Amino acid sequence: MADVLVIGAGPAGLAAARAARTQGALVTLLDAADDVGGQYWRHLPDNRSSERERVLHHGWAAFTELRRALDRDDHCRVLRSAQVWAIEETDAARRKEAPPAQQASEGELRRTTVHILVGPADGAARERLTLKPDAIVVATGAHDRTLPFPGWELPGVFTAGAAQALAKGERVAVGERVVVAGAGPFLLPVAASLVQTGSAVVGVYEASRSRTLASGWLPRPWLLARAGKKGVELAGYVVRQVRHRIPYRTGTAVVRAHGTDRVTAVTIASVDEQWRPVRGTERRVAADAVCVSHAFTPRLELALAAGCELDDAGFVAVDADQRTSVRDVYAAGEITGIGGVELALAEGTIAGHCAAGGSATDDVLRRPLRARSIYQEFAQRMHAAHSVRPGWTGWLTDDTVVCRCEEVNCGALRAAAAATESSSLRSLKLSTRAGLGICQGRICGRTVEKLLADAGPHGRLRDDARFDRRPIAFPLRLGELATDDQ
Amino acid sequence: MDVIVIGAGIVGAAVARSLARAGVGVTVVERNAAASGTSSSGEGNVLVSDKEPGPELVLARYSSRLWPMIARELAVELGPTFPSIEFDRKGGVVVATTDAGAEPLLEFAAKQNEVGVDARPVELDEALRLEPDLTRKATAAVHYPEDAQVQPAAATEALLASARAAGVKVIEGAEATGGIRSDGGRLTGIVTTAGELRADAVVVAAGPWSGEVTARLDAPLPVRPRRGMVLVTSRMPHRIFHKVYDGDYVGAVGSDDAALQTSTVVESTAAGTVLIGSSREHVGFDSRLRVAALREIAAKATALFPFLADIPVMRSYGGFRPFVPDHVPVIGPDHRLRGLWHATGHEGAGIGLSVATGELLRDLMLGHEPQIDPAPFSAARPSLAPHLEEVA
Repeated sequence: MADVLVIGAGPAGLAAARAARTQGALVTLLDAADDVGGQYWRHLPDNRSSERERVLHHGWAAFTELRRALDRDDHCRVLRSAQVWAIEETDAARRKEAPPAQQASEGELRRTTVHILVGPADGAARERLTLKPDAIVVATGAHDRTLPFPGWELPGVFTAGAAQALAKGERVAVGERVVVAGAGPFLLPVAASLVQTGSAVVGVYEASRSRTLASGWLPRPWLLARAGKKGVELAGYVVRQVRHRIPYRTGTAVVRAHGTDRVTAVTIASVDEQWRPVRGTERRVAADAVCVSHAFTPRLELALAAGCELDDAGFVAVDADQRTSVRDVYAAGEITGIGGVELALAEGTIAGHCAAGGSATDDVLRRPLRARSIYQEFAQRMHAAHSVRPGWTGWLTDDTVVCRCEEVNCGALRAAAAATESSSLRSLKLSTRAGLGICQGRICGRTVEKLLADAGPHGRLRDDARFDRRPIAFPLRLGELATDDQ
Repeated sequence: MDVIVIGAGIVGAAVARSLARAGVGVTVVERNAAASGTSSSGEGNVLVSDKEPGPELVLARYSSRLWPMIARELAVELGPTFPSIEFDRKGGVVVATTDAGAEPLLEFAAKQNEVGVDARPVELDEALRLEPDLTRKATAAVHYPEDAQVQPAAATEALLASARAAGVKVIEGAEATGGIRSDGGRLTGIVTTAGELRADAVVVAAGPWSGEVTARLDAPLPVRPRRGMVLVTSRMPHRIFHKVYDGDYVGAVGSDDAALQTSTVVESTAAGTVLIGSSREHVGFDSRLRVAALREIAAKATALFPFLADIPVMRSYGGFRPFVPDHVPVIGPDHRLRGLWHATGHEGAGIGLSVATGELLRDLMLGHEPQIDPAPFSAARPSLAPHLEEVA
């Protein structure tokens, strides 16, 4: 029996684990959180479980059934609070383009080593675990990306993902009068979650203009109609919005947050098609919380550590089997392209099935294959309608904080790039300290890369250093690193 | 006189600056981005403590004299908006933690003392005054007040900016693919991916890639990459005040064993993180993480400073050091190909040795009297001859 390791237990990972089990593999499913479900099915701890999970979560019944089945299954080991901190890819012959003669023999295949710490992050004695599985499914998902604006470091400004996690996982309302802003359909479920935890949502401000939205969402509507379930989900949000009378404004953005100890108001402005703020359109709106999300950043560090190549858009490149450029390493969900829960479930199913020895041509995959093609098309529309446009840097000021961990502002970044004329991210990171703090550029990495590229004399960065490469994927104590596995 | 320098790391930048300030027209050609390779992948050591009496120590002491001067010149020239190079003569403390290690360390220090290095053996209570959190199990310690630190990427950028101000032209994204020769067989230029360039001389300062570059110019040098990895902790209040390393460091530098070698260097940075280096491996240009290497340097660091066991490691980084088989940099003209010059092979000491390398090469090229004896750095030295044959 093949043994398959699934990293990440959101929708894609759960689906992969189930499909790999159905195909007869031994499965280890792990997640850094204290329960499975991922960001999408984040919920109260079981000892505080609530009937309202059904209301807050789409597909809740499907999720609980999936979780129960995997938990009961003796051939599926589920590791909660399990953090992969490093992956060692020790044999280049695993690359599938290597000629068969150079490919490692059966015994040597078990070379990709996954280093795991199990237990609460602040616990004194986390268990160390080292696995060498036959196949790996990487389903590490994405986190939301917030573009900086003046005042975004004030208490009361949340990423939309954090606000939703508080609402779903803790039932904590982030504020009484909340502004939701950014781009993408994710803003709608966030607003819905806020309303359900008792906040008044002042408005949802979408940066893309209606024309951009229309050109993304409207062409070839018959294709969109195939994505029935997704349509229903979105319609549900729209109905709820009307019921709670939340204004939804397109072509607008939060360009500044005001306050001293915490946010008390925001400035909203119209933005053009490139997201450049339009002078003279600013107006001030009182709010005690702001939830902002402009895009998603895939969590790539483990896929990169395993040696997986990226596609032109910066996601993990996969073939029809969801296989990456590395033999026996598969990827599914948001790290292969932002597409939402249905796409993640379909990709996860295909990846798990193939990782366990199956093939994308197998009959049992007919439905997930069809779903994948439908929701990929849906994802392309989403991208066309909501993707980040370059003009947003127009709302930055020199004193806008960019890297919050190391407190590096926009002016310092631009000055360093101009003074050194450097086009080396590695060098500029060291000189400015941007992205070198405890989050290791997870929040600001993409923004720092863009600002430094724009500010330098060449308009781009030349070296191959990227914030997504984090050979140590997660901080661990030196004492833990120094200890041998045995 | 016109000179092409291949490589915009710290050695290339220092060479370009020294030549340009002496009136030479210099073009620096860089395959990637300036300061994107070895120069931004190490700790920034300006050390005398790790070098035994010999030519490398002479070069190190030459550099050690130049650095404070150059740091001041750069600060004045580039002004406060330029990123600081963080030059800091913080001193080093070398510590033996075993009975067997104590004697060789003290003997090593005594030999250095004889040639004028300020190496001060200290008792445990004095070592603990220098480093209060040091392990109580230290069996010997030597204090080296001359050891210093720079932020290597900023230092490279600063030297290069100063070179530019002296008229140096920097071409990034241009890879040298071959040489151009005159009818007489002299090297008179190079072919790059961005076109041909002509000059009176070509200096190879391509760090660990110098083996490949010199081969393309048909005068190969036996320079190979040697990998080093460094760990970085999260920020914390300063509790480590010098460069502190275990006695093994001395042994590892002089060795060419392909297997993993580690010896630990622990120090705080201006930003409040602690850098822990460094392993040494001959694995080609393979940058993939090896947990075994990190584990060893982590274990040695926690042996030196037990409190580090509870400190989180935030990231690791690493790079390739230019290794030459006889462990001495190659600085000066090539004896096989006229017009070709070398400034490479500094292994893990290139940051510290860069500025003296620049001055020495300038003096040799312009026929000035060099400040130190150049013979031990010549590509024609006897100890390098068998290795030149191997790559010929």
